[in-house]
Amino acid sequence: MKKGKSIVANVLVILLSILWLFPVYIVFVNSFKNRAELYENMLAWPKSFSFEYYEKAMKKMKFFHAFGNSLFVTIISIVIIVILASMTAWMLVRANNLLSKIIFSTFVATMLIPFQTLMMPLMQEMGWIRDTLHIQMLDNKLGLVYMYIGFGASMAVFLYHGFVKSIPVSLEEAATIDGCTKFGVFWKIVFPMLKPTTMTVIILDVIWIWNDYLLPSLVLSSKANRTIPLSTFSFFGQFTIQWNMAMAGLTLTIIPVVIFYLCAQKYIIKGVAAGAVK
Amino acid sequence: MKKKKRKDAGWYALFTVPLLFVFATIVLIPFFIGVGYSFFSWDGLPLNPKVFVGFKNYVRLFSDSRFMTSAGHTVIFTVFSVLLINVIGLAFALIVTTKLKVRNAARAMLFMPYLIGGLILGYIWKFILGDGLSYVAEALGSSSKLLSNWLLDPTMSMVALIIVSTWQMAGYIMIIYITGIMAIPDDVLEAASVDGAGFWQTLLKIKFPLLMPSFTICLFMTLSNCFKIFDVNLSLTGGGPNNATEMFAMNIYNEIFSQSNYGYGQAKAIVFLLVIAAITLVQVSVTKKREVEM
Repeated sequence: MKKGKSIVANVLVILLSILWLFPVYIVFVNSFKNRAELYENMLAWPKSFSFEYYEKAMKKMKFFHAFGNSLFVTIISIVIIVILASMTAWMLVRANNLLSKIIFSTFVATMLIPFQTLMMPLMQEMGWIRDTLHIQMLDNKLGLVYMYIGFGASMAVFLYHGFVKSIPVSLEEAATIDGCTKFGVFWKIVFPMLKPTTMTVIILDVIWIWNDYLLPSLVLSSKANRTIPLSTFSFFGQFTIQWNMAMAGLTLTIIPVVIFYLCAQKYIIKGVAAGAVK
Repeated sequence: MKKKKRKDAGWYALFTVPLLFVFATIVLIPFFIGVGYSFFSWDGLPLNPKVFVGFKNYVRLFSDSRFMTSAGHTVIFTVFSVLLINVIGLAFALIVTTKLKVRNAARAMLFMPYLIGGLILGYIWKFILGDGLSYVAEALGSSSKLLSNWLLDPTMSMVALIIVSTWQMAGYIMIIYITGIMAIPDDVLEAASVDGAGFWQTLLKIKFPLLMPSFTICLFMTLSNCFKIFDVNLSLTGGGPNNATEMFAMNIYNEIFSQSNYGYGQAKAIVFLLVIAAITLVQVSVTKKREVEM
């Protein structure tokens, strides 16, 4: 009796989960259907699998190009955020003076500021930098990277700060006596110990930067620089939507996310939980 | 001694100044410029004059009916979404923390939508609730309101936004509730079951009170996230039909970049910040109070 009940419960829960992902199923099956087939029944399994619409969507979205741009911006931003934020947070904890406290409080306070409050003045400032200092911050992927470092700094410093406080100083002191410089102490001893927080920062920032639309839409104007969200947006804005091709495009954008999820599922769920609770 | 102090200051600068410089140019300076802009009237063209108007921009907000409507929509949207996200997220968390064999697979699948960005999510549902539903209606020859393109109807568009943000956020909120549920000590639950407490009694009398900290976190997390909704708003409804689903963040964006009211739009953005700061500060004080009590 008990066993039968548990099988039913297991089946019900898995059915619920499948039902929850039903929208993804709809996108997937309709990406293979021609107009008539799609119009007739959008829930049905496709009669044949042709990649015709995928080819078209890939061309229209310049998919691989956009994918490369997204990858470039996401990876470089996160590498620099991790390096700079961990160094800053460690120093702020270890040199625990008034200045450190002021700097840390500033980082935490600015976490409140929504992007909409900064977007217009930021674009004005970047325009001024371009015109006066002749540094190309706008329509430049590295300019966008620079902005992501600034926007990602607060949260990363906050997370590292909390973790560094829990590490005993004794190891670092021993290394200093052995003649290590601060730089050596940090990279050889402290940074490896920060790994759990580094994973959290990486996961949260990948989810944020990869999917971000508004900032890149303001910064990157030329077609060649488009990231995946930007090319998806222009794809949907261009013409009256051909849904089968649009569904193929959406499937293309979801595939990298699913692969990332399958590879790093354990870290993702842990990282998201750690980031939220703090 | 003096030399060591100077050396320490050098290290301090080397470690902190690079990030501080980027942070200052991207967050701090724009923030202060932004506060300044909110007191001016300007159309965004560099050659046109910026006219100082004092608090006029802020006063004008209250008689701006499009803005007030969008603020009202945001409140309605936020209230319903927060409730729905938390109820569903908590239910999911309770389901996947049972001893069922499929719990890990279920958790993974329920969390999945959160990873797909808001923009893409919006487009997925734009098909399902828009043209998709109207195809189904035509195939069935139905003329019911529920079986037609939801995105052409103001009320149903709002419902659509609530559904989509629930689909996006419920799995995320589930993860936070799971952390809370896992932290409940096993012996408390065992003691309850030895004393003969049933499922509902355990849930209401033991789990819920112990989950109070998680409730606070989730409530405010969803509150500020829903209040800031932009991407889903843009891709699913675009604010339409007839601005019926234009939320706070989109109204700011449109005021600045479509209507070219840079100063006035920036004043709205400052008010937006104040509202979000208020929500967050209430959260911090509530959480702190609760921690003292426990």
